[in-house]
Amino acid sequence: MTAPIIEVRDLVKQYPATTAVAGVSFGVSEGICFGLLGPNGAGKTTTVEIMEGILPPTSGEVRYRGEPIGARFREHAGILFQKTALQDFLTVRQSIALFRGLYAHGLAVEEVIRLCALEKLAGRDTRKLSGGQQQRLLLAIALVNDPTLLFLDEPTTGLDPQARRNFWELVQSIKAQRKTIILTTHYMEEAELLCDEIVIMDRGRIVAQGPPKRLLHEHFAEVLLELPRQEFPERARQLPLNILDASDRVEISTHDLEGTLRTLLEAKVPLNNLRIRPANLEDLFLELTGTELRP
Amino acid sequence: MIRRLLSVLHARNLEFLRDRGTLVFTLLLPVTLVLGMGFVFGGPERPLFKVGVLAEQVNRQAHPFLQERYIDFIAQPQESAALHKLTHQQLDLLVDLRPAPRYWVNTDSPKGYIVEKLLLAAAPDARRQPVNGAALRYVDWLFPGILGMNMMFSCLFGVGYVVLRYRKSGFLKRLHATPLSAFEFLSAQVLSRLALILFVTAVLYGGIGALIGFHNSGSILLLALLAVTGALSMIALGLTIAARFSSEELVGGLLNILTWPMMLLSGIWFSLEGSPRWVQWVAHLFPLTHVLDGARAVMLDGAGLAQIAPNLMFLAATAFAFLAFGAWSFRWRIE
Repeated sequence: MTAPIIEVRDLVKQYPATTAVAGVSFGVSEGICFGLLGPNGAGKTTTVEIMEGILPPTSGEVRYRGEPIGARFREHAGILFQKTALQDFLTVRQSIALFRGLYAHGLAVEEVIRLCALEKLAGRDTRKLSGGQQQRLLLAIALVNDPTLLFLDEPTTGLDPQARRNFWELVQSIKAQRKTIILTTHYMEEAELLCDEIVIMDRGRIVAQGPPKRLLHEHFAEVLLELPRQEFPERARQLPLNILDASDRVEISTHDLEGTLRTLLEAKVPLNNLRIRPANLEDLFLELTGTELRP
Repeated sequence: MIRRLLSVLHARNLEFLRDRGTLVFTLLLPVTLVLGMGFVFGGPERPLFKVGVLAEQVNRQAHPFLQERYIDFIAQPQESAALHKLTHQQLDLLVDLRPAPRYWVNTDSPKGYIVEKLLLAAAPDARRQPVNGAALRYVDWLFPGILGMNMMFSCLFGVGYVVLRYRKSGFLKRLHATPLSAFEFLSAQVLSRLALILFVTAVLYGGIGALIGFHNSGSILLLALLAVTGALSMIALGLTIAARFSSEELVGGLLNILTWPMMLLSGIWFSLEGSPRWVQWVAHLFPLTHVLDGARAVMLDGAGLAQIAPNLMFLAATAFAFLAFGAWSFRWRIE
């Protein structure tokens, strides 16, 4: 394995009333898309902001290419925050030019505009952009210095499905340039589509780490049966089944599909709305933490 | 560094120029001041002569001249104080109508010329003692104060609230993720606001000058130098207040704590001569006091660089100190 482009060692972030990050360590290989997954309060944004050099850690360290993060890191990193306001009264092109002026090296403003499909919006006031357009602009700003390392902190939260898919296409095109991407997200579909490797965090700690497929294979040799919660009688909970509770449904994990179906039929559980599917990252999180991975 | 600074400066200037509400307000304020001063000070003066009479009190029966109409006779117990007023044309004529009458007239004063004729008609043997000196009107004394006050508000509130807004919106946090340093960011804000203030001050200077005229005995370049150093000092002071706080109420309160004592103690409206020593000592801690002292010395007394050098040095030193402190204590994000 090659040396990680960025490495986190024993990271702790303590606030007066809470521990946001409780001793986290991982490394990110160059050229991959690395996902940090977890619900609100899991510590993923705090971890990422420490990695970005925005927040100081209570203890532990972050190393970029083997060195503590500093001026060189800022020149090489591109960042898309979860929430960012831009300067008022500037157009898309002027906003990109402002940030381009802050870096010694980078892409031409027009090239960034083209990369992020902002040509038709270049002269528009940034306050008049839709949510999806705003995220494309923020991605363009994150790319002005032609970064080797790109942080995307929940980049598609709040976007409609079409805008989200457009954004994913953009990220995939950036990924194809062998840039390293660190992505935090609530959306499992997003993580499964984009990430080569993930870390699942809960309550400030890492609960699983590795490539998504490998993690799923390790934790789920089974299939999942889904039933609406309201159609699942309380007495059926006494059955000898591996039952997982989700918000609006009950999930049953099993190696023996036929046997499980027979058990449910004998218990007179209605199966009209039964759905059978392979496990995904959300199931993995449910399995590991007992809670749902929700925004 | 220069490239980064220029990028932020350019963007800030664009933002300001396109914020039409703020732009109109910023330009309207000096226009209102110009019109207000024109209204208050530019109208025709009352047809009244002021004649000082060297005596403890004026007895209008003591001499035929003292019975003339449209003349305000003012008792002047002290000759030296009366002559000072005559020199600055606060009196049109000074008379001593005791035996062997004599009078002093300011040969630069048109009113003095006329009222002298009236005196000589009533007292042809009075001995003439000429003095000279240009008139010092209140408007001439007040004018630097008005410019300074406008500058102070623009410096402190204009910059302080912009930085606060940037911090609250998260824009500063985004800039923090770039190679931009706090010093570069703050310097760009200072330069942007400085350019605006110099422009507005020049408009005020020219506008009031054209409308009502004012007295300037000194160099306009020295006034410009005072405006630059004074504005730098007060902008930097505003930045130290906005450097780390995130509450509008707190920043607004702190800015008011600074502006009101400066309004009252820096000598905008009245001279602090004769006030307690501690008041004068406190007043000289304020940048605005040094701006006004220097500007009045240049405009009213024709002071040169050497005379106002202490004011300039104070302003330059405080500008640097405030900016350094602001950069040191600067917070990019809400804690």
